[in-house]
Amino acid sequence: MKELKNIRDQFPILNQKINGYDLVYFDNGATSQKPLSVIESISDYYKQSNANIHRGVHTLSRTATGLFEKARKTLASHFNVKNDQQIIFTAGTTDSINLVVNGLSKNYLKKGDEIILSSYEHHSNILPWQLWAEENGGKLKVIPLLEDQSLDLSKLESLISSKTKLIAIAHVSNTLGVITDLEKVNSIARKNNIAVLVDGAQSAPHMAVDLTKLNVDFFVCSAHKMYGPTGIGLLYLSEKWLKDLPVSKPGGGTINTVTFEKTEYAENALRFEPGTPHIAGSVGFSAAIDFMNAVGIQTIFDHEHQLVQYAQQKMSEIPEVIIYGKSEHKAGVISFNIKNNHPFDVGTLLDKYGIAVRTGHHCTQPLMQCLNIQGTIRISFAIYNTKEEVDFFIEKLKKVITMLC
Amino acid sequence: MTIEEIEKEIIEEFEMFGDDWEAKYEHLIDLGKSLPLIKEEFKTDDRIIKGCQSRVWLNSELKEGIVYFTADADAIITKGMVALMVRVLSEHTPKEIVDAKLNFVDTIGLKEHLSPTRANGLVSMINKMKADALSFS
Repeated sequence: MKELKNIRDQFPILNQKINGYDLVYFDNGATSQKPLSVIESISDYYKQSNANIHRGVHTLSRTATGLFEKARKTLASHFNVKNDQQIIFTAGTTDSINLVVNGLSKNYLKKGDEIILSSYEHHSNILPWQLWAEENGGKLKVIPLLEDQSLDLSKLESLISSKTKLIAIAHVSNTLGVITDLEKVNSIARKNNIAVLVDGAQSAPHMAVDLTKLNVDFFVCSAHKMYGPTGIGLLYLSEKWLKDLPVSKPGGGTINTVTFEKTEYAENALRFEPGTPHIAGSVGFSAAIDFMNAVGIQTIFDHEHQLVQYAQQKMSEIPEVIIYGKSEHKAGVISFNIKNNHPFDVGTLLDKYGIAVRTGHHCTQPLMQCLNIQGTIRISFAIYNTKEEVDFFIEKLKKVITMLC
Repeated sequence: MTIEEIEKEIIEEFEMFGDDWEAKYEHLIDLGKSLPLIKEEFKTDDRIIKGCQSRVWLNSELKEGIVYFTADADAIITKGMVALMVRVLSEHTPKEIVDAKLNFVDTIGLKEHLSPTRANGLVSMINKMKADALSFS
């Protein structure tokens, strides 16, 4: 890819030494780095356009409102959503999920109802449901794993009962990189009249997501894993839920009229966006989406896929390496361990060579229990990572193994 | 040897490596292997030190006015750090342990390489060792 050099130049943070070595940033699953266009869009916003949005009569407020609502349109178009009001700005994936759980618990979820999750859910897509279940005598059911650590969707129907109200599922496992067959999940859910929430935190950064085609009830993701800023994410609501999801986080800006007796909430996205939103964040998020589309989502996916294939091949030649998530359908992530070694030691020593990886349970402790391990070492790629970086990583991984074994 | 003398000995040991961090870590890994191991039956959840990313177990015993520490960890670099702490603090009186300044951790240039979480783990470990010693005094 001849433009790769140009792409790397867009990320000034990559051009630095860590412990005397060139930084190799393989922790993109946790957060990606930000290109100049995103950084500058935020700084320009504060330099030129900052004002509080909506209901402002003055020019600057109208400019800021315009930028915020343009960001919503950019996201709607990116995810192929016709009505941009179906895109709600939140603080991120976790915030989005909580907004859905709290809204649904008002009248959709009843005492004793059941929710289906997958074995590889992130804690963010377990804990809010678990808390609801604990307080309401609800029950969580879990889709098991197959040998290759993809989901055993043949078991999904047997988990469904008359009390099943929702399936909350990761589009891509943050720990394993395995891609969920959402078409299959959704068709089973539709047949049984069950709502579906998709945690897209790890899919949206790596692949094209067409929400009209996907046709799920809720989709959530975070800007900071998609070359955008921290502190902002989105919640997509289907047309039905844009009308039906009750407000659970009321506040300024969410209303049409208020009296001390009764409030009439806005009918559009604003009803779910109380208080002053992260306006600069929305501008940065929009710039990040523009960056991804300028590079090309398919280009990003193909590039990362090649890196995964290449790294996995090289790693499988090292006898001490155990790779988790052997499924062919993977996006951008490799989780592994070194036989008889703690992931923490490996991560600590790789950092000494300037290689940033993540170690531990990756906020998926139930998955760790399924695999009967304490944790893994995870490398995760972005568009700016290179084959040369993978070669350097492999060389140093071998060195670390000789140090530890 | 007093606690300070042992600290001095460790500082000298690590000075030999200069800036060669690989040798430093290899030494730490070797030290981990020399740790006086906690008895298997003592590796219970209530002996796990909180705040460490890997599991660290510590047992403290008082015999004739002297505190003996045994420990284990499931990460080898952590185990090396634990071994250093045990080497410095074990076999001293509770008062000596409680009063120990433990400046060697900074001096040997390992603290700077520890992640905040691990550094917190180290602090938790020191606190636990001192708290156990205090409970014996």
